Amino acid sequence: MPSTAFMADVILAPWLVIVPLVGALLAGLWPATARWWGLLTALATLVLALLLALQVHGQGPVVLALGGWSPPLGIALVADGLASLMVLMTAGVGLAISLYALGYLGGTARGRWFWMLWLWLWAAMNALYLSGDVFNLYVTLELVVLASVALVALAGGAAPLAAAMRYLLVSLLGSMAYLMGVVLLYGAYGTLDLQGLGAQVTLSAAPMMAAVLMTVGLLVKSALFPLHVWLPPAHGSAPAPVSAALSALVVKVSFYLILRLWLMVFPELTLPGLDLLMGGLAAAAVLWGGVMALRVSRLKQVVAYSTVAQVGYLFLLFPLLWAAPGGWQAVVFFAVAHGVAKAAVFLAAGTLQQAAGHDRLAELGAVMRGRLKTSFALGIAGASLVGLPLTGGFIAKWLLVQSALEAHLWGWAVVVLGGGLLAGAYVFRLLGPAFEPGPGDRGRPLPAIMEWVPLSLALLTIALGFAGTPALALLARTLVGGGG
Amino acid sequence: MATDPVNLQIYLACGALLFVMGVHALVVRRHLLLKILAINIMGSGIFMVLLGVAAGGEGGVDPVPHALVITGIVVALSATAVALVLMLRVKAATGLARLPRSGPED
Repeated sequence: MPSTAFMADVILAPWLVIVPLVGALLAGLWPATARWWGLLTALATLVLALLLALQVHGQGPVVLALGGWSPPLGIALVADGLASLMVLMTAGVGLAISLYALGYLGGTARGRWFWMLWLWLWAAMNALYLSGDVFNLYVTLELVVLASVALVALAGGAAPLAAAMRYLLVSLLGSMAYLMGVVLLYGAYGTLDLQGLGAQVTLSAAPMMAAVLMTVGLLVKSALFPLHVWLPPAHGSAPAPVSAALSALVVKVSFYLILRLWLMVFPELTLPGLDLLMGGLAAAAVLWGGVMALRVSRLKQVVAYSTVAQVGYLFLLFPLLWAAPGGWQAVVFFAVAHGVAKAAVFLAAGTLQQAAGHDRLAELGAVMRGRLKTSFALGIAGASLVGLPLTGGFIAKWLLVQSALEAHLWGWAVVVLGGGLLAGAYVFRLLGPAFEPGPGDRGRPLPAIMEWVPLSLALLTIALGFAGTPALALLARTLVGGGG
Repeated sequence: MATDPVNLQIYLACGALLFVMGVHALVVRRHLLLKILAINIMGSGIFMVLLGVAAGGEGGVDPVPHALVITGIVVALSATAVALVLMLRVKAATGLARLPRSGPED
């Protein structure tokens, strides 16, 4: 067993699941103090995530068989570079969302449910990132779905409920397709372990069908064009901290799973035309999301369609995966940069919406001029979405274009750059009302934290502009399969 | 004691058929209860394929798929419960247990 060699030092991986789960329980048992449990949990989880990333960076992937049962029967937690980076991103953005929710929800009745569900979602996401077998990934995927659906439904009212219902049905369809793929893989190879599968999968009918089912199921969940119609209503109508969590974190979950499967289980399945098909859909998503973001009239809808466009970039993964060796790392860095920037934009949008009492873009000018900190946050995070220099988004796009050019894939580099122009257009449209002449108006009084958190996240996107090297060093410690 | 291969094929084919019927109903039907039932039928199809896989292995019945089916049933039950509650809320809010036509919302 190679796993025993890595069992040195402290065991961190299980705690990243246990801590948020216990936090969720405590928040559910004592709803009156739920937010303080939430904050405590968020802080503890961030510390654990940092330690885990350092540990993986220092000594390579950590594999842990829970309860001493090794993978064929037991459950293994696997923390490698990719998993620990995603956990760290989740923890960083998660702490920001928790702080923001303190101000946004206060001690309202709705807020009490929020904390339990949000910490549950967090535990589920961490469990998913750290899972080492395909069936556990299914179970954690379902946990993520149920928690996110409940969070969308928190807003109440007909439109959010319908959005939550559609989100649930679409997600369950995706999970079922994924589960069918798991069954086919088990039938063909008699194991569920990612690494075990990766060593055995060869180009044949059963794994190919499994790959198609799992990938399509997960594409539905990650809302790649043309399967995106459920996303804008669900992300746009949820309360601001929930929109941020969904757009910044939950979308990345299914992307991560697709990446993990193609890195570890299916690298031998180089289906001809798949890269072109997926790249085409990705390009269409970038274009369609960008155009729709220019057309819709409400702030949060613009941001939600921007997510549709940015999901497109994530799936440039496929053209890069086989052609450029480091290409997938560029895509992961893009996912992290997008996570931080999109959370900042959604939280800033939530602040403006609360201050103005609505989010009709054309009428937001006065509040934007009155709340400069928030508009500034919107601007910086928007610059990261566009990919302007000095931001994380710039480095991410730079890496993407670089790996596309190294592999002589000029077309995909053009997609990245063209998408940046479209993003520029809709970000300027978001900020436009702030530059109209007229008096400023602070709108309704709001807790100061609702202005500081988006601003801090926006500044974090600038810090990410300098985090390229450590992030890539961490990603180099990722387990990849194939070649068996 | 591997099962007779013809029987096995029947399990796998029926499972696949149930799965496809479920997908069809989920897309075509508009009433939410029917959609939720469709998802459960898809799940049953998957479990049936899994049972076929369990019986078809060499050297007796494989216990792992049984554990997977049990876990899968628990997950499906929770998802169905959430879906049903949500359906009732949608019904209470809109008066209809179906989703509005999709399109760019405003």
